[in-house]
Amino acid sequence: MNAVCHFKNSLARNALASRVGIAWVILFLFALPLQGEQISSQGDSVLERSYRFLTLSDESVRMVLLGTILMGLSCGIMGSLIVTRRLSLFGDTLSHAVLPGVAVGFLWSQSKDSWAILAGATVAGFLGVALISLLRKTSRIRQDSALGLVLSGFYALGICMLTRIQKMEFGNQSGIDKYLFGQVVGLSSTDLWTMAFSFLLILTISIFLYKELLVAGFDSEYARSIGLPVDFLQYLLWLLLAFAVITSLQVVGIVLVSALLVIPAATASLMTDKMLPILIWSALLGCAAGATGAFLSFLGDQLPTGPIIVLVSAVFFVSALFFHPQNGLLFKCLSSRNRNQRISLENTLKAVYQELESIDFQKEVISVGQLAKRRRASMPQAHREVNAMVAKQYATLHSAQSESSAPLKPTMISLTPKGWGTACRIVRNHRLWELYLTNEARYAPDHVHDDAEKIEHVLGEETVRRIERILSNPRKDPHGKPIPSQRDIDRGFIA
Amino acid sequence: MNPPDSRPLEIHDLTVSYHRKPVLYGIDLEVDEGTLTGIIGPNGAGKSTLIKTIMGMVPSNGGWVKIFGKPAKKSYSRVGYVPQRESVDWDFPVSVLDVVLMGRYGHVGWLKRVGKKDREIACECLEKVNMLPFADRQIGKLSGGQQQRVFLARALAQESDLYLMDEPFAGVDAVTEKAIIELLRELKDQGKTLLVVHHDLSTAKDYFDRLILLNMRLVASGEVEKTFTRDLLQKTYGGRLTIFTEVADQSAGVGEYEKETDPS
Repeated sequence: MNAVCHFKNSLARNALASRVGIAWVILFLFALPLQGEQISSQGDSVLERSYRFLTLSDESVRMVLLGTILMGLSCGIMGSLIVTRRLSLFGDTLSHAVLPGVAVGFLWSQSKDSWAILAGATVAGFLGVALISLLRKTSRIRQDSALGLVLSGFYALGICMLTRIQKMEFGNQSGIDKYLFGQVVGLSSTDLWTMAFSFLLILTISIFLYKELLVAGFDSEYARSIGLPVDFLQYLLWLLLAFAVITSLQVVGIVLVSALLVIPAATASLMTDKMLPILIWSALLGCAAGATGAFLSFLGDQLPTGPIIVLVSAVFFVSALFFHPQNGLLFKCLSSRNRNQRISLENTLKAVYQELESIDFQKEVISVGQLAKRRRASMPQAHREVNAMVAKQYATLHSAQSESSAPLKPTMISLTPKGWGTACRIVRNHRLWELYLTNEARYAPDHVHDDAEKIEHVLGEETVRRIERILSNPRKDPHGKPIPSQRDIDRGFIA
Repeated sequence: MNPPDSRPLEIHDLTVSYHRKPVLYGIDLEVDEGTLTGIIGPNGAGKSTLIKTIMGMVPSNGGWVKIFGKPAKKSYSRVGYVPQRESVDWDFPVSVLDVVLMGRYGHVGWLKRVGKKDREIACECLEKVNMLPFADRQIGKLSGGQQQRVFLARALAQESDLYLMDEPFAGVDAVTEKAIIELLRELKDQGKTLLVVHHDLSTAKDYFDRLILLNMRLVASGEVEKTFTRDLLQKTYGGRLTIFTEVADQSAGVGEYEKETDPS
């Protein structure tokens, strides 16, 4: 079961990576030949163009922006519903499977009529989905293979049909090949109406059937047991997904539309682990990527809108991956570095304490050389550790007293009261934990040191109090060494 | 008192097969109100299948199931079902409270949202299984025993009259197991009827007051003292029924063969 999940996950990740890769390839290879891909904006400076875009003074700008935003919202919502169900690849398959339907819709209406194409594509999409479940029920083909079969088979069929249509007399001026890579400039007001229609349908259903979709996605057996038509909900989901995909084809094209399903939802699921926030964030991210992509492609001269939108989405994803305050890699990296620094510092302090203990606390200073020996570190390493202590005001450095008047390099360390307190606490944690393990958990005394080396850094004061109570305030550890008490910490020396 | 024909569960001559291989064969069963019944039997005996067939998730090949005197379909609103833990995607983005609230969905109805009252009930149920402090936690971030307790809280929130539970003790530590059985007894004392699939013979005798011994056929059903006997257990787990299983397997093979060679 788990292996399958991992497999699906890695598939989804691969799909994501390949989408982003394809976006780059298209950007570089197709940007030059595909004239008229971007919103027409020759001859203005960047500022002028930004002004034109942001004031929405052009009819074409308004339509493109509306189109990309509607697409982002629809794909964002549907994406969140399929990604959380581990069905990311269904979006990809569906987007390819609708192509023959697009061709049939076109043939039927003899023009680029949105509604005819929507109907044809929906039917083709459903045929694809039905074929997948048929393959799974009647043969030994597994789901991933079935997806691959349907995806490539339908796509090839669609390409053949479209190529034929291009050669017919009404096919030429249609620009139907733009379904492959998308052409946002070609959006007509009918296209926008179909987009708005499908968005409203998706929004309404995901609001009103939110709890039904939630329970069916989490626990379909239970959902059946309370009388929900789980299969119907599944088909409803496919229908909505088909609408989202088909209406988005004109903007980003077949190859990239699944990126808009997967990336915003994947980004959202990096940020939270609750369904409603994922759904909302996914929609907002899709919407933001659509608008930003439209803006950028309007600014740049030779930039195709669809791939730019996908790239903007990918940038959002990478930002969330690294910079999210709780789950971001950067944050995790920083906090683990902080922790490692703290542990290293505490170990140095402990070493100083042990050096002082070895001379029965007769003196309050030790040399850097002694420290290096105890830490089994090189002299430069020991100096770095001492500097870290001094920087945090845990210790002070002095010069050794010598007869000659020339000032020597400072090599003697003494602990500040703050440093002394921390050192005592770490040693106390270590020894207390050792005693706890031998007395309460029945460890042999020679088995406890390594464990205590780790635990000493994470033991909170409250846990320490509890252990002290259990062991009735012990004074000696299992090896006979004294456990520093709060009084020793306050006094600043061990009596 | 309910008239005898409206007892919580009545099964007559139920037969279920999977890929032409019989899993359950001619099961007759009657479960009385206010009882705590364990279903025991070896692996592959059809324990889970029995529960799923009652819930209509697995189609039957013959026989019928009546719940509270009505055809099963019409009574599902009075039945609480606790599926096996493995049947769920634990990475799904739902919180503990979300899951327990799902127990209220049957009461809330289509298109409506869960109300404040439902939330209160869900919280009470979480409190009963000592999981209220985890209400906001994503469900996958709990231990196996905690997840099982959340499932139980969801069943409580359903406020059903008949509960069907599929291995609620699987992957659960001893303390949780004890807490769960306490809760089940409490439900029984409130007059609810519980049917629990159980795999551990050593505890079956102490946990339940009635047992159903199952191995494809119904071996025995009744009070623990009368069913938890050496003879009957031997019959359920031992070799006597293997002939039956083998022949069933062979007949399934014949079926396959006929299908493959059939020219039409």
